[in-house]
Amino acid sequence: MTPRFAPGVRLQEDRARGRWIVMAPERMFVPDETALEVLRLVDGARDEAAIVEALAARFDAPREVIAADVRALLEDLVARGALLG
Amino acid sequence: MSLEPPLALLAELTHRCPLRCPYCSNPLALARASEELSTAEWARVFREAAALGCLQVHLSGGEPTARRDIVEITAAAHEAGLYTNLITAGVLLDAPLMERLCAAGLDHVQLSVQDATEEGAERIGGLRGAQPRKARAAALVRAAGLPLTLNAVVHRQNLHHLPELIALALDWGARRLEVAHVQYYGWALANRAALLPTRAQLDAATATVEAARAEHRGRLVIDYVVPDYHASRPKACMGGWGRRFLAVSPAGKVLPCHAAESIAGLVFPDIRETSLAAAWAESPAFAAFRGTGWMREPCRGCARAEQDWGGCRCQAFALTGEAAATDPACALSPQHHLLAGALEEAGTDRFIWREHGATT
Repeated sequence: MTPRFAPGVRLQEDRARGRWIVMAPERMFVPDETALEVLRLVDGARDEAAIVEALAARFDAPREVIAADVRALLEDLVARGALLG
Repeated sequence: MSLEPPLALLAELTHRCPLRCPYCSNPLALARASEELSTAEWARVFREAAALGCLQVHLSGGEPTARRDIVEITAAAHEAGLYTNLITAGVLLDAPLMERLCAAGLDHVQLSVQDATEEGAERIGGLRGAQPRKARAAALVRAAGLPLTLNAVVHRQNLHHLPELIALALDWGARRLEVAHVQYYGWALANRAALLPTRAQLDAATATVEAARAEHRGRLVIDYVVPDYHASRPKACMGGWGRRFLAVSPAGKVLPCHAAESIAGLVFPDIRETSLAAAWAESPAFAAFRGTGWMREPCRGCARAEQDWGGCRCQAFALTGEAAATDPACALSPQHHLLAGALEEAGTDRFIWREHGATT
């Protein structure tokens, strides 16, 4: 899948509180660190494999573990309506 | 207790509106166009709001698209880094304006609907031909690729159409529907006898919403705001006075909520004379009902004091004459009987339509 943000959903810096948040129509949620790393790579162009590749280059973890984490996270965010896959 | 920054700003850009809804949340004394803040003043408000910690701005009114500079205002809010939500009646929205609002960075549109039928919508909103124009606005929002929320204010005179309102939301392509029972301030309080639903109407509406949520799961999210005249506990109005939200009125008053000017005796900061940060942190009017220190019994010491924050200050003032009283929506309030009394007296179908210079 090549994930992209759903209409009206975007990642936004919350400087006053030192965090990033996912803004959506009249609601918002705070991604954990793993989710934030993945969401920063969501640009509508990178597919799932490219996101895994980018994370594997930066983090010292087995590729299978990263791939499983990314898959679970993307599926969750698609189910919540934040991403389109 | 350290002061938390606000999360969202309600920008009431104007009180002008082509509709005349009898439950309008604007004050009875409507601001004139000549009193309104300028484009540059709103741009400053947005920059200061973002710097203060606001994440989202609700561009509202009145009808925000009645302002000729609505595109410039939207662009200024977007450039300040705020998530921009346009709260509109939709009747002034055409394709060129939609395109320019999109280019300016608009994130979301909340479109109001007064009833499911053309005749009902015309009668309640007081504008002929409103419904087809709203349908066109919904189509424009969807064609622009923006998310659409439909906002249906419900009351005694349109609740029998709730199933059709839900069908309308699906038909117009909304992904969210707000079914909002009227809140009784300003114009709605003046029209209370015509708007208050019966208990039977409320129970039927709640059942309809629950069934529709299950039926349309994944296609339509339904938010439901219940009327506190039938409640035994008050709502946590604005998440607590001066705690999460702030509003700026068309004329530039900085308020803890859009109805706050209805409370006599409070002096609110003027954004032309101060900064948003100073208004939030230093204004005695914001401090007056912030937290729990101001509370009297039965709020004082109540286990729910930090859940409902004593309910609504505007409602307490409107119904009891004292803003520091417990909201009569609470069954523990000594004035709770006032709500039952209002319900008993309700039953007219005569409206006082909203207008400039009205006396009630």
